[in-house]
Formats: sequence, C-alpha cells, structure tokens
Amino acid sequence: MSASSKPYGLLAEFETPAALMDAAIRCRDAGFTKWDVHSPFPIHGMDDAMGLKKSPVGWFTFAGGVTGFTTGMTMIWFMNKADYPLVVGGKPLFTPLYAFPVSYELTILLGAFATLFGMLFLNRLPRLHHPLLKVERFKRATDDGFFISIESADPKFSAEATRQFLSVDCHANAVETVEE
Amino acid sequence: MATTATRATAAHGAGGKATKHPHDVPPVLRVAEPPAELAREALVLNNRSLGWITEAIAGICEKPMPKWWWPVFLLSAGGMTMMFSLVAYLIATGVGVWGLNQPAAWAWDITNFVFWIGIGHAGTLISAVLFLLRQKWRTSINRAAEAMTLFAVACAGIFPVVHTGRVWYALYPGFLFPVPNANAIWPQFRSPLLWDVFAVSTYGTVSLLFWYVGLIPDLATLRDRARTLIRKFSYGLFALGWTGSNRHWCNYEKAYLIFAGLSTPLVLSVHSIVSFDFAVSVVPGWHTTIFPPYFVAGAIFSGFGMVLTLLIPMRALFNLHDIITTRHIELMCKVLLATGSIVGYAYGMEFFIAWYGGSPYELYAFKNRAFGPYWWAYWSMISCNVISPHFFWSKYLRTSPVFVWVVSIFVNIGMWFERFVIIVTSLHRDYLPSSWGYFTPSWVDVFTFVGSFGLFMTLFLLFIRFLPAIAISEVKNVTPQADPHHPLGGAKGHH
Repeated sequence: MSASSKPYGLLAEFETPAALMDAAIRCRDAGFTKWDVHSPFPIHGMDDAMGLKKSPVGWFTFAGGVTGFTTGMTMIWFMNKADYPLVVGGKPLFTPLYAFPVSYELTILLGAFATLFGMLFLNRLPRLHHPLLKVERFKRATDDGFFISIESADPKFSAEATRQFLSVDCHANAVETVEE
Repeated sequence: MATTATRATAAHGAGGKATKHPHDVPPVLRVAEPPAELAREALVLNNRSLGWITEAIAGICEKPMPKWWWPVFLLSAGGMTMMFSLVAYLIATGVGVWGLNQPAAWAWDITNFVFWIGIGHAGTLISAVLFLLRQKWRTSINRAAEAMTLFAVACAGIFPVVHTGRVWYALYPGFLFPVPNANAIWPQFRSPLLWDVFAVSTYGTVSLLFWYVGLIPDLATLRDRARTLIRKFSYGLFALGWTGSNRHWCNYEKAYLIFAGLSTPLVLSVHSIVSFDFAVSVVPGWHTTIFPPYFVAGAIFSGFGMVLTLLIPMRALFNLHDIITTRHIELMCKVLLATGSIVGYAYGMEFFIAWYGGSPYELYAFKNRAFGPYWWAYWSMISCNVISPHFFWSKYLRTSPVFVWVVSIFVNIGMWFERFVIIVTSLHRDYLPSSWGYFTPSWVDVFTFVGSFGLFMTLFLLFIRFLPAIAISEVKNVTPQADPHHPLGGAKGHH
C-alpha cells in the first residue's frame, strides 16, 4: 500500500449482459469518463452503449503494410539491380512484377505486426499489474461475471453518490471498493 | 427440431451450473421469442451456461491428462526423436542417404513439404475466411485448427531446409534468406523458390500472431483460475494483464477483424506461390496455369481432412460433444465435399488440357502418370481424393463420426499421393529419354516422413495439455446467453 489512501475506484457486478449494457448506458449518460465495462467476451453493441469511438487500429495496419510493401520493392531493387546487377535468364534487372510476390508477403507480415503492436499500444498493454486483478470477485470477469468499474480519478466520482448510483440506478448485484 | 435444442431445459445440463431459464427473467425484462422458423440451431447444445463452457474447456488443461495421453505422447516424442536423428544423419552424411537422384532430384522431401504446408491451410481458412463470412460455427474448432496450422508449418519447414544436405548454406551465405553469398551475389528474386521462402515464413509468423491474439482472453481465464504460483505466473505473463475491459475489446475486435482480413489473401497466396515452384518451370506436367487454384483447393481439402482426423478423437476423448457438435462435423464434411470436387475437376481438366493443348510432351506426361510405372500412386490418389469425398452427399454418412474419421484418413493419404504424383512422375521422365529413371525411397526417406508425424503429434498433445483447445471467449460469444438482446442474455425490451 502506498501513502495514498484514495481507493482505485468502485467495482459493480451485474447478472446478465443485458443488465450490464443497461447500466453502461446509464454511466455514459451520467457523464463518467474514467470508467470501464468488463466482460468475459466482447458484447455486441457495448461500444455504442459506452459511447466509444471507432477503434483506430486500422491506421497502424495501414502504416505497417505500406512499410512492408516499400521495404520489399526497395530491397529487391537494391539487391538485384543497384548493388550487384546480374542478368538471369535474360529477364529485366528490376521490374515491380517479379518483385510483387515478396513485397505482397512483406505487406502482410509488417501489417500483422503493426496490428498486434498497435492494438497492444492502444490498450496500454502489456501491464503486469492492475488493481482490479486483486479483487477476488473480479476473477469471474474472465468466466461468467459482468462488471463496471468507475475510477476515483473520474471528476464526477464521489465515494458515496457513485456507490448509490451503481447499486440503485444501475441495479448492480454488488458494489465494492477497490484498493489501489 | 432446432427450436427444441435451443429451448432444452437445464435438466440436460448435468455436470454444469443450471442455466438461467427464460422463466426466471422478470416479466418486464422479457422479449418475445423469435418465430420458430427464424430460430437457429444452437451452436452449443443442451443450453450450457457460460460457467459450464469455461469449466469444460479450461478444465482440460488444468486436470491431469487422461491415461491414454502419456503412451501416445511418448510414442509421438519417439517419432520426433527418430526424425531429428535421421535429419542429423542426413546432414552428417549427405543427401545420398535419401533415394532421390537425377532425374528425380525432388522426391519425398518436397512432397512432404507441400503435404504439410497444405494441411496448414485449413486452420487459416477456419480462423480467417469463415470469420469474414460470419460463420459462427467456426468458434468451436478454430483454436485447434490454428494450432494444427502452426505445427504443420513447423513440420513443412524442416524439409526444404534439410533437402540440400548442407543446411548451413540455407542461413549463411543464404540461398533462403537475403544475405549475399561468398561472391557478394544476392539471392535473385525472379525465382518462385525465393518467393516461397517469404510466403511460408510470413504464413508461419502471421498464423502465430493471429493464434496468439485469439489466445489472450483465454490465457486470462486460465490465469484467473490458476491455483499454483507457477501457472498464475506463466499464464499471467502471456495474458498481458488482460481484464476483459470493453475499451480493450473494442480495439481487440478490430485487430482480430484486420488479422482475418490479412490472413485471407495470405492463405490464398501461400499455396499459389508453392504451386509457382512447379508452374513457373518448363517441366511437362508442372507448367500449367491451373496450378494455383488447384493447389489452394487441394490444400483446404487436405487441411480439413487433418482437422477431422484430430478433432473427432479429441471431442470423444474429452467429452466435448456439446461444443463440437455433430453439426460441426457435418459442415466440415461439406467443405471436404466442395473442395474434393474442385480437386477432382482439376484432375480431369489437367488431362483435358494435356490433350487439347497439343503438346506431345504434356500429353505423354499425363499418360505416363496414369499408366506409367507410377500408376499405383496415381490410382491411389484418384480413389482417395476423387471417390472418398462423394460419400458425403449422404447426410447419414456425414453425421457418423467414425465413418467421417476413416474417410478423413483416406483424404490425408490421397493428398500425400497427389503431391508425390505431381513431383515424381513429372520428373522421372523428362525430355531426354536417356536420363529417364525410377525413384525408390530409401529407409531414411520413409522414417523421416513417419517421424514428422511424431513432431506434429508431440506439439499437438502439448498444446492440448497446456492451452485451451477451444476458444473459450469466442464460444461464449455465440451462445444466446451472451446476447444482451436475447431472453437468455437477460434482455428487457428493445434497445
């Protein structure tokens, strides 16, 4: 425990995906910003219920793909035409046609790496520790539990009012305080 | 019938927690059930709860393995050791220990390579193509099929590397990788053999990344269920701190979709490029434009054969009948039927074009395939690949797991013979009759190939032992309980 006595936030448990989604809509409309929904699988429609924007992962893929294609073309041009020109079978020293298959594969390869690392970067993962992972009840978040967490760092957070909001307005089954 | 399955009560759910029955939902939260004709057959039978799904799948790699596991594992590990010993023998002695020689300088090595790489294609087809096509049934089989892909690519990768004998030249100075050789000459990229290096290594890498992305939420499940410190630590490390956050799911699902979008053109390109190894040459029997689509269809055919060979016993031994249902097997049989028919069509079309094209060499190559010294290989291929999938026109046969399993073995055999026929019969009689020959495998050839199954099975058994063999979060996602708009998901009116 650090010197800070301020808790991480509140964790509310819900029975069903529908109850979770209903509560998420209420949290969104109540204007919380530092809050999250936790479920064992992605729930269809939850992004809208939380008011999330479209994920920008695709831009990472695009950048990776362009890098891959350019790398392939440049590498082949350099190796087979610029650095050591060697005529093989009377074919041209460089043409994008024969360089295409390798550049195509590199587009996919670097695009895939960029997608994975872009996704992890956007999610600020990996992290070795998270306050929620210390909560016994939260183990169900990867099994059959549905949760909403609201951080105490949220400007609208108030230990009492938010707890009240989660248990009464959102019909949470249980609400508990999460220590930092 | 479909509706009965969906609405079966929790009474059938022995061994699991009772599912929340629609009647438990307060009246205000209830929505009307869909009309009977719109109800879909459930993908997870007996109305299993979410907790049951976790327990059924994660439980496999948490409990000690059943009694059969150790003998099978030791047998497989023995096969793997045999293969690596024979590879060491080959490297120490030279490629002379194999039966290949001029004119058939490619024989079992490249046959095995194409065989294994082809098997891999089913995994990517299931994980990527069926995902883009919104085929929800893929969720029960994609994890194991993707694992199978990785292990098949690992087996495939060994043969092209060792078939030169002096394997160290594959790495440096590289004929496989773009490093200049002793005379400072770079590899030349006009050759499909070099394209193949990039295609296969990209395929292996991207399949691994895709597989790992799918595993992250399930590793978190195993982390949260872990009781020992070492399991907690190792699953926790690879789960990357996953908390099931919807802000994360949002990026995750997008990344997953993109991976599927990247893997689809990738899987089609890989076997196309493998087929270029042959089609770009001027050898009769190889130099045909039908090769890329024909190879891709054959790859999917062989891959689904291997998926069935592995999953039918797995489902029986671990009692996964509710998750990998008879319908899953039936659908896979339909894929076998479709791709098997394409393969059969390609065999016929090759013959037709050999005659219609008017090249005497091409026509001779095909006559020689069917009626020359390797006629036995050709007709084994035809009976396994052309005849066997057509049993699956019958629903009765498609839904009998034992029969399907037996046919899947024939598909594996047939597809190995296909590659053998293409490679050896085309090479053993080329343009110059004075150099004609007959290839016979040596014992090293045979046991290296047999041993590669040991490597494949060892990896697959370790996968079942340590990782969830079915994608837990994805299976949950296709159940009605996961749908906030379904009564079982606790729906209250229309959103």
